[in-house]
Amino acid sequence: MDKPYLLEMSNISKSFPGVKANQNINLAIRSGEIHALLGENGAGKTTLMKILYGLYKPDAGEIRLKGSPLEITSPEQAIHRGIGMVHQHFMLIPPFTVLENIVLGNEPRKKFGMLDQAVALAKLNKLSLELGLKIDPHTKISDLSVGLQQRVEILKALYREAEILILDEPTSVLTPQESNDLGEILRKFVAQGKAVVFITHKLKEVKKFADTITIIRQGQVVNSVSCQETSVESLAEMMVGRKVLLEVEKKPAKLGENILKIENLNILDHRKLPKVRNFSLNVHAGEIIAVAGVDGNGQTELIEALTGLRPVNSGHIFLNNQEITNRTPRQIIESRLAHIPEDRQKRGLILDFSIWENLILEEYCTPEYSKLGFIKEKHAQTHALMLIKEFDIRTPHEKTATASLSGGNQQKIVLAREIRRNPQALIVAQPTRGLDVGAIEFIHQQLIVERDQGKAILLFSLELDEILTLADTIAVIYEGELMGMLPRTEANEETLGMMMTGSLRLKQKEASNS
Amino acid sequence: MSNPRSPITILKESTTKLLFPLIALGCALILGVLVIAWMGGDPQVAYWHLFNGAFGSLPKFGETLVYVSPLLLTGLSVALAFRCGLFNIGAEGQYIMGMIAAAWCGSAFTNLPFWLHLPLTMLTGMLAGFLWAAIPGYFKAKFGAHEVITTIMMNYIALHLSDFLVNRVLIAPPGTSPVTPIINASAKLSNLLPPSRANTGIFIALTCLILVYLFLWKTKWGFEIRAVGYNNEAARYAGINVTKNLVLALAISGALSGLAGALQIQGVQYRFVQLFGFTGYGFDGIAVALLGNNHPLGVLFSALLFGSMNSGALQMQSVAGIPKDLIGMIQAIIIFFIAADYMLKRLKFKKTIQSTPLPKEVQL
Amino acid sequence: MDLQFVLGIIAFVIASTLRAATPLIFASLGGIFSERSGVVNIGLEGIMLFGAFFAMLGSYLTHNPWLGVLLGMLVGGLVALIHAFVSIELRANQVVSGVAINMLAMSSTALFLQKFFHTTGQSQAVTKIDDWSLPLIDQIPVLSDAIAHLNPLVYLAIFLVVTANFFLFKTTTGLRIRAVGENPDAAATLGVSVHKIRYFSVTLSGILGGLGGAYLSLGAMDLFKENMSAGQGFIALAAMITGKWNPIGAFLACLLFGLAEALEGQFQLLGLEIPKQFLHMLPYALTIVLILGVVGRSVAPAASGVPYEGRK
Repeated sequence: MDKPYLLEMSNISKSFPGVKANQNINLAIRSGEIHALLGENGAGKTTLMKILYGLYKPDAGEIRLKGSPLEITSPEQAIHRGIGMVHQHFMLIPPFTVLENIVLGNEPRKKFGMLDQAVALAKLNKLSLELGLKIDPHTKISDLSVGLQQRVEILKALYREAEILILDEPTSVLTPQESNDLGEILRKFVAQGKAVVFITHKLKEVKKFADTITIIRQGQVVNSVSCQETSVESLAEMMVGRKVLLEVEKKPAKLGENILKIENLNILDHRKLPKVRNFSLNVHAGEIIAVAGVDGNGQTELIEALTGLRPVNSGHIFLNNQEITNRTPRQIIESRLAHIPEDRQKRGLILDFSIWENLILEEYCTPEYSKLGFIKEKHAQTHALMLIKEFDIRTPHEKTATASLSGGNQQKIVLAREIRRNPQALIVAQPTRGLDVGAIEFIHQQLIVERDQGKAILLFSLELDEILTLADTIAVIYEGELMGMLPRTEANEETLGMMMTGSLRLKQKEASNS
Repeated sequence: MSNPRSPITILKESTTKLLFPLIALGCALILGVLVIAWMGGDPQVAYWHLFNGAFGSLPKFGETLVYVSPLLLTGLSVALAFRCGLFNIGAEGQYIMGMIAAAWCGSAFTNLPFWLHLPLTMLTGMLAGFLWAAIPGYFKAKFGAHEVITTIMMNYIALHLSDFLVNRVLIAPPGTSPVTPIINASAKLSNLLPPSRANTGIFIALTCLILVYLFLWKTKWGFEIRAVGYNNEAARYAGINVTKNLVLALAISGALSGLAGALQIQGVQYRFVQLFGFTGYGFDGIAVALLGNNHPLGVLFSALLFGSMNSGALQMQSVAGIPKDLIGMIQAIIIFFIAADYMLKRLKFKKTIQSTPLPKEVQL
Repeated sequence: MDLQFVLGIIAFVIASTLRAATPLIFASLGGIFSERSGVVNIGLEGIMLFGAFFAMLGSYLTHNPWLGVLLGMLVGGLVALIHAFVSIELRANQVVSGVAINMLAMSSTALFLQKFFHTTGQSQAVTKIDDWSLPLIDQIPVLSDAIAHLNPLVYLAIFLVVTANFFLFKTTTGLRIRAVGENPDAAATLGVSVHKIRYFSVTLSGILGGLGGAYLSLGAMDLFKENMSAGQGFIALAAMITGKWNPIGAFLACLLFGLAEALEGQFQLLGLEIPKQFLHMLPYALTIVLILGVVGRSVAPAASGVPYEGRK
């Protein structure tokens, strides 16, 4: 009854500097099955698949294809062996047509080196018919919807006779209808005796499509289960896990005024599609509201709108009853809204500047630090020394270039700068991404201190642990909408997991909107 | 905790910063030796005349200063633009406009006291350069037109415009040769080290070096410009107006090149003579800025280097028979090395050397 | 004015336009290949100058202008190879490398002039490529004056426009070149060698630039003059941008610039009192105007100017 193993990955390990991405992973894919690789962001799923596709080389472990061992050193090799990958961020060329994208690198030729369109079209049509993948081969990629673009990616793999199709987060960009269509295509594919591996964090889709599910957490396999025999709740629990939380001493919150009022915000992305829909939220002085959600559900656009870096299509933002909707970043900074951005190296710091210069990056033009146009260097440097001591920033002196500091210390500079400006409200995005435990602890403590001093803090994080540690109230965002808000005391992993993946929506309590 | 950098650290850092330009210079000079030999000359003799022609006597040194002075300013001009992430290839055109504007101002006003007329003429040159660069700056801000092509075009337009002005509008009576009237004594810069043409303009150029240093590293406007040049996204997040800074940096850069042109008229030529081609000072300024790591101190040394090479090349050509175009070749080779250097710097020395921001990506 | 006279002028203008556009066409085709693969080539101006000199030198040494043209193309390709190496292998800033090439061209061609001909300013006259007379067409009045008595290199330029268009858009190599310029990562995942394609394209751009320079010295004239490219390499780049990196579009833009240069002489003929300096300015000002009007709607290959950091 059990179908034979098409692919086996045994004891795969892979480390990057500071991170153990994969530890002793075992994965077995049977022919004819749709196998899901389930896990949170950063769990190690994509790394594993990149190893399979030849983009990374494993530190240890073995891969077997139909029983015989295999070393895959490049994508070309992987393609040659029948492994095709549909990346999360499509590898497509927008101004080219569907046909051109599919045949690139494998083009049939006729005389004078011309592209033999007829041959390519014939092969493509055959494939389309077999699997019900209808698409006009002469459309430009830029004119296609995301769902159709994904079809092109799939056809690319099929055109090269893939037997194992890997899909990385395939449904994260699809509408429900497109998801269903995808499911049908995948069913037809595996019916031919081939296999599909798809990487995801979405529980609903996993339940809909998968035969077998392997759950990965923090680089290790938790379990491999049959889809039919496992409930969504237990999947969620295995995915998110029960670990030692970084418990920080926290007094109950003492709420003050409603400092940050977000009302019915609608924000469009660069393709003019709605990315944040009717989002409303209030943050009071003295509380931390943490927004949980999977990456790409509108958090980035929301933060950009709050900090003046992206226009708001409709809706309002108030800071202490002052309207700040669509103001310039400088005006918002002057209104005492602080922001710790999610990418400290690209957005939070100027790495070529010295530490003291980064510490006055927003205040260099104020009377405090400049007089008659000249920057009060000594004053700024003294101030920097004070902050270095206070925030325990490890550096030889304040004139060091910021680039030479560790990630944790760099983040401390951003934190010090934003906190010491004495803001009314703080927007914090991914504050501990890529940091070690010590730095994480420190930053969490600082945020709690600020909250106790009466600041309104809006935290965005992809780490559920961090949210559960810091939040007084947790809000969940999914596809740009507020799925619901819970006091910390009432939240648990299962509920949050289900809200984050769109399976659960809570009714807003009237009281939380005052 | 607050140990200022020890002298040893400063020495170490300076040596590393100097290493690449020195290697570039060394390789270029070696290649120069090969070219000289190929031309049938004696490299030793040629290089000796190159050096002697520049420094052999006090008047010769004075003439060298004449070559160095404009390079100080055009090099500074390009360096400042680079600090904001911009390519000012239009320094040549800004220089030309500065020259003609100063030639006009110097001769048009007759009854002004020198303490008014002299600075006024300089300012006119600066203004001409400022505007000539502000135009491409505006085009970049408003239309996104890359400053490389627009500033190059402005160079050619400046050349022909100056041609027109000197032949039709500003021509000195009786109108037989394409020159402007000699500027009045009240606008002239005093001579130093006669019989050379060295003049007090060099002090003004040196002062500008100091002023630009202070501007970029000590004032809040310079802070913004450097921030935008290093990381315009972080600058934007911190509230800095990126567009305004781009236009301003390009315009100030133009003013510096315009000043170079003005000083040339006020100190050396005293009138504008029709140009039959580019002067080269603007383009050389690019080499000076790149070799000088886009820093005023570096600009000082590379302007001295290139200026003295250009000056000494005259003797090298007349006595040793090696065409002065050799210097242009050496400069070009240096720039090739510098272009490759930046990559090495980025990869290996990111943490210890404050590399200057050459935009890593270009889109025309 | 009688019809005969007007038609005569029109024919003359057409011929002058084609002549003036030819060097621009070669250079902008070169620019297209380079940028379509993702490498910015500001050094085309210098490559043209090198091409002009070495074409003249080749003709001088062999008394065969066609061999001269070949030499000009060869040198152009070699110089571009240097740019390719610095830009692709060393991942240097491509504009700086291009500026260096331009500076090198100006000074070394002047140096070579003195070395080989012991003179400055310009070389002596050499054997040039003579204009053709197209049979049949030269019997047709008016049309004959317009297009039948041009230099063979002019006809070659037009032919190359069509060929380049075919190559870029119909062949598989052209597909790969364009892919590498838009999204090198995507191309790499499909097994296309980004480095190989870029080296090829940049070298080709040098060959074409050299050809453009060869026309300047052996087609339009019969000697080499210092700095004879006079910014035409940059104008060719502007034509490339205006033409949206498309051979046909660039060709039309080159015709426009050629027209501007051709009209320089005509204004005086038509009795219009425009100072000649403004006419000289015309191509350059036109370049700026076109760039302004076009940027935003004209999109460069997405990966142009960005050094490729991935696997080869």
